[in-house]
This record gives sequence, structure tokens and C-alpha cells, in this order.
Amino acid sequence: MRITQGCFSFLPDLTDEQIQSQIQYCLKRGWAVNIEFTDDPHPRNTYWEMWGLPMFDLRDAAGIMKELADCRRVYGDRYIRICGFDSSHGWESVRISFIVNRPANEPGFDLKRQEAAGRKVRYSTHAYAADRPEGERYSS
Amino acid sequence: MNEQSMTVRGRDRYKSGVMEYKRMGYWEPDYEPKDTDVIALFRVTPQNGVDPAEACAAVAGESSTATWTVVWTDRLTAAEKYRAKCYRADPVPNSPGSYFAYIAYDLDLFEPGSIANLSASIIGNVFGFKPLKALRLEDMRLPVAYVKTFQGPATGIVVERERLDKFGRPLLGATVKPKLGLSGRNYGRVVYEALKGGLDFTKDDENINSQPFMHWRERFLCCMEAVNRAQAATGEIKGTYLNVTAATMEDMYERAEFAHELGSNIVMIDLVIGYTAIQSMAKWARRNDMILHLHRAGHSTYTRQRSHGVSFRVIAKWMRLAGVDHIHAGTVVGKLEGDPNTTRGYYDICREDFNPTQLEHGIFFDQHWASLNKLMPVASGGIHAGQMHQLLDLLGEDVVLQFGGGTIGHPRGIQAGATANRVALEAMILARNEGRDYVHEGPEILAKAAQTCTPLREALEVWKDVTFNYESTDAPDFVPTPSVAG
Repeated sequence: MRITQGCFSFLPDLTDEQIQSQIQYCLKRGWAVNIEFTDDPHPRNTYWEMWGLPMFDLRDAAGIMKELADCRRVYGDRYIRICGFDSSHGWESVRISFIVNRPANEPGFDLKRQEAAGRKVRYSTHAYAADRPEGERYSS
Repeated sequence: MNEQSMTVRGRDRYKSGVMEYKRMGYWEPDYEPKDTDVIALFRVTPQNGVDPAEACAAVAGESSTATWTVVWTDRLTAAEKYRAKCYRADPVPNSPGSYFAYIAYDLDLFEPGSIANLSASIIGNVFGFKPLKALRLEDMRLPVAYVKTFQGPATGIVVERERLDKFGRPLLGATVKPKLGLSGRNYGRVVYEALKGGLDFTKDDENINSQPFMHWRERFLCCMEAVNRAQAATGEIKGTYLNVTAATMEDMYERAEFAHELGSNIVMIDLVIGYTAIQSMAKWARRNDMILHLHRAGHSTYTRQRSHGVSFRVIAKWMRLAGVDHIHAGTVVGKLEGDPNTTRGYYDICREDFNPTQLEHGIFFDQHWASLNKLMPVASGGIHAGQMHQLLDLLGEDVVLQFGGGTIGHPRGIQAGATANRVALEAMILARNEGRDYVHEGPEILAKAAQTCTPLREALEVWKDVTFNYESTDAPDFVPTPSVAG
């Protein structure tokens, strides 16, 4: 399967040129760009690991592309996403978020059902990858 | 016509008998509204032979303290403070016989945090007043002091996005069709297919409550199976607006509690449940971490005609105060009424922290929202993937685009329909962010995206010529004058 979190998961994987263009879009609006990675793709896993701090004062996307290349070198077997943070009043949160790197194989999720009283079911979503310890989930 | 005050003062003001409203203190062209006043703008169409100033004063009077005759008990009160004052009246452009009346109300006339109380005054008896042919409430300025007495949207756009983990693009939804007749099991099938195919939300229609073909509990159970299954299939948060509209408040709470217990992240209500019930549900939603969707069922009975009723921009303001998170606000290009400029005004009311006066969008007052949460507008009704560039241009990014027929009517099924919409949307956002002239290049951008997406190619083929071009019945009265300054 292919997890479809983020802004562009239904398109073919973005090329570096396309990624750079989206980063430039963020910088033009004064958003701080952050690189984050994880090997736990659960839809409620909000806090992916941060690759350093959000880059607050950059003007040129090339610097962030270099950071992305470094991040890929270390964590290229995991999910990596780019987030743009808008600090303006009334928003003060993420404005855009999109996946820029995926594991070669995405095994997906198991939907566990626990039958409760009446016809109620308690659902829980479990990533098959999370059966293995953190750090060993996608590397062979 | 904005001549001096005609108010009678002193003892003569309270002599028993009938006195013209404009002489009773409801017509005060010298009055300067206070920052804390509620201001209403009415379109007043007096009966033939009725003096316009008198008609406007009567609207002020009948929506505040007046009755048809002088009463001595006024003298027991600070009557001058409580009288609403019409301080300005202008002829409506291109509409002889109608006037825009600006009326200021002291804040003490209204109960804090109550739309029922506010609306009982402003759109109460006065709308049936015989000396008027027609009356329409066009806009209101709500002072910050009053705004601050309301909860506002239970969740708000920012927190909704954070909870759903969806940023940078409009959300996508679809109303399950057919509206009526599906069993719970079949209904859940539509929900599953649409969500798995790429939509973020599915939606009950306004009149899906609890009918012989599908009891509400059955629908909720089947829908939540579908939502959870789709979430696991995509790794993405999904939701379905479970309509909890019912005959009594107790029934609605019961349905909402059940939705909550089953793990739904959103419930919906219809406008026809009434302002008090809406505010109750907004408080319930805030307490239960639930997004609250409002379907504006019934509004066109009083919002659509320009001569009489209440403009939808006022309803949108009231609903932002009342505390819903989603409101249907028009599509411009779809099948339902919606002039582009008027609709733009509604969207600004929902989403901005400050609305400057913009007559060409139907906004008559500066409105500060004092950091009240933002309300997510929903565009629904007769829209399809081929219009994606227009929708993004007209409606912006913080909106739910709902393609009901445009998802479920896809020739290769519901999943394919959903995928077509999602691919079209993502391709358009990508192009917009890249700085392309996506409005003009829209068809090319879609055609290019369709090269790697068969469902989109089929959708564009089926709906390519579908448009709804009819003249709008509710366009603004003012058109922008070209500026002479460079």
C-alpha cells in the first residue's frame, strides 16, 4: 500500500526539483520549513522526529534541499516529510506538510476489532512495520 | 433625507396617544454609533405613501422598545438609551422605493451569548409590520464586546486541520447518494469506497435522520466500520458527518453521545433545529472534542430574494458566534444560488479575523472577530473535478469541497470518483504553489495529471461540459468603481 498522508501523496513521488519549488513557496510566505522523519506511519503519530530545528531565517530553498539530502543519507529507509510553519496571528501552526521520502516497501496497517456489547466494535489501527523495534522497521 | 432629528422632547413626548416613530426618538440622524453598539442594516421598502424616514424609524422602534402608541411606563426607564436609533438612510442604488436603514442598538438590549435573544429583537415582530411592503436584514456589525460573550466555533479551522493532520489543501468530501433509501449496510459501502478512494470526509444528507429504511444507530455503526477500515487502508485520518438532527434535544444528545462513543470525530446538525439547539450542540461539541458540521437546510426560504428576509451573510455571522465548525456557504460554479462577489463576502465572514467594509462583496461594516475561531466554509452541490482550478481560485484553500454526484456518479465507481477528485486537487495545489497561472492553465494541468490517472481522465470526459450558468437572484447592490489613482 501507499500511505496517503500529506498534501501530494496521490501524485507520483515528487522530483527534487518539484520539492525545491514547494519549499520556495513556503519561504516566500515567510514560513519556517522543517524536515521530519519517522518509521511509525500510524495516522495519529503526530510527532515525527525532527531533523534539527525548523529553519527560520532561510531565504533560499537550496539550503533546505541540502539538509534533506543529509537526512535521506541517514534515514533514507523511512518516511521523511517537509512541513511549513506559519507564525502569523490566528494561524500559528502547520500550513503545508508533504511526504518527500518513503520506505521501499510499505506494508500498511492491520485493523484490529474488539467486539463489545451489542454491535459495538472497538477499533485499533496497527502498523505492521511497528511489529519490529524502532530503527529496524524498514531496513533489511 | 438625512435631515435633523425630529424627536419631541420633554413632557410632550409622553402625552397619551399615537405619535410618529420618527418623532418618538427612533430617527436620530445626528447620532454617532458607539463602539459597543450593535448595528443592523436593513433594506426597507415602505408601502406606497409612507414617508421613508418614518418607515426606517418604525423599523428601529419595532425592533427595540416601541409599541404602536405612547406609553407612560417608558418614563420609568432609561428609555433614550434603550431606543434603537436609525442614524442614516440611503436610497438603494437602482431600486426606487427602497432604502438602506442603518440602525444602532445599545448593547444592554441583548442577552450575552444568545443568538435566540439577538434574533428575536432584530428579526422579530418587525418583519410583519404593516406599513412596510418588504424588509430585509442585510448585514450586522457585532461589537467586540458582544462577540466576546460567545463561544465561537467549537474546534475552528486550525485545530480541525491539526486533528485531521491535513494541511495546505482544501478538504474533500462527498454526500452519500441516493439521499434516501439505502440500508445501513449499503450506506456504509458508499462511505468506505469514497474514503478509501481519497476523500477526507463523507456526509449524511440533511434529511437522513432515522427512517424506516435505516435506523440511525444502524447507520452510525456501519459508517464507523467504513471510516476505520478506510483509515487502515490509507494510513490517513478519515471522518463521516453523522447527522444527529432529531425531534428533541434529548434525542440529539443521545445520537451525538453514541457517535462519540463509537469514535467519530465529527457530527452534523441542520439549520432547521433552531439557534438555541445549535448553540447547545456547539457547547456539546466543544466538551467532547467533536467537529460540528452545519447543513444550512431551509435558509433559502428567507435568504434568497433580495427584497425580503435575512441575508445569508447575517446567518453566517450568527453561526460563527453560535459555534459551528463547518457551514455550507456556496460554490459559485455549482447548482445552487451563489453570486461570486456575494459568496466571497460569506467566505470572508467565516474565515477572517477582521472584515473591512466592502460594499461590492455585500459587507457594509468593519467587523472585528476578536480571535474567535474560524469557521470552515463548505462548497457543495453540482461541482466536479474539471472545475478544480476555478474552485481553488474562487474559494481558496480553507474550504471543504464536496463532490457528491461528482464522486458517486463516476463511470468506474465511487473509489475511482474519489481518486479523480483527489488527484485533480493535489495537481492543482502543486501547480499553484509552483507559481503557475493555474486559473488559465487549469484544463492543461488537469489533462497532464490525467495522463497518470485513468479515473481523472474518465471524470473529465464525463463531466467536461457541465456548468450551471443562471442569473443570480442575490447579487450585491454596489459595483466597484474603477480607481483613478495609478
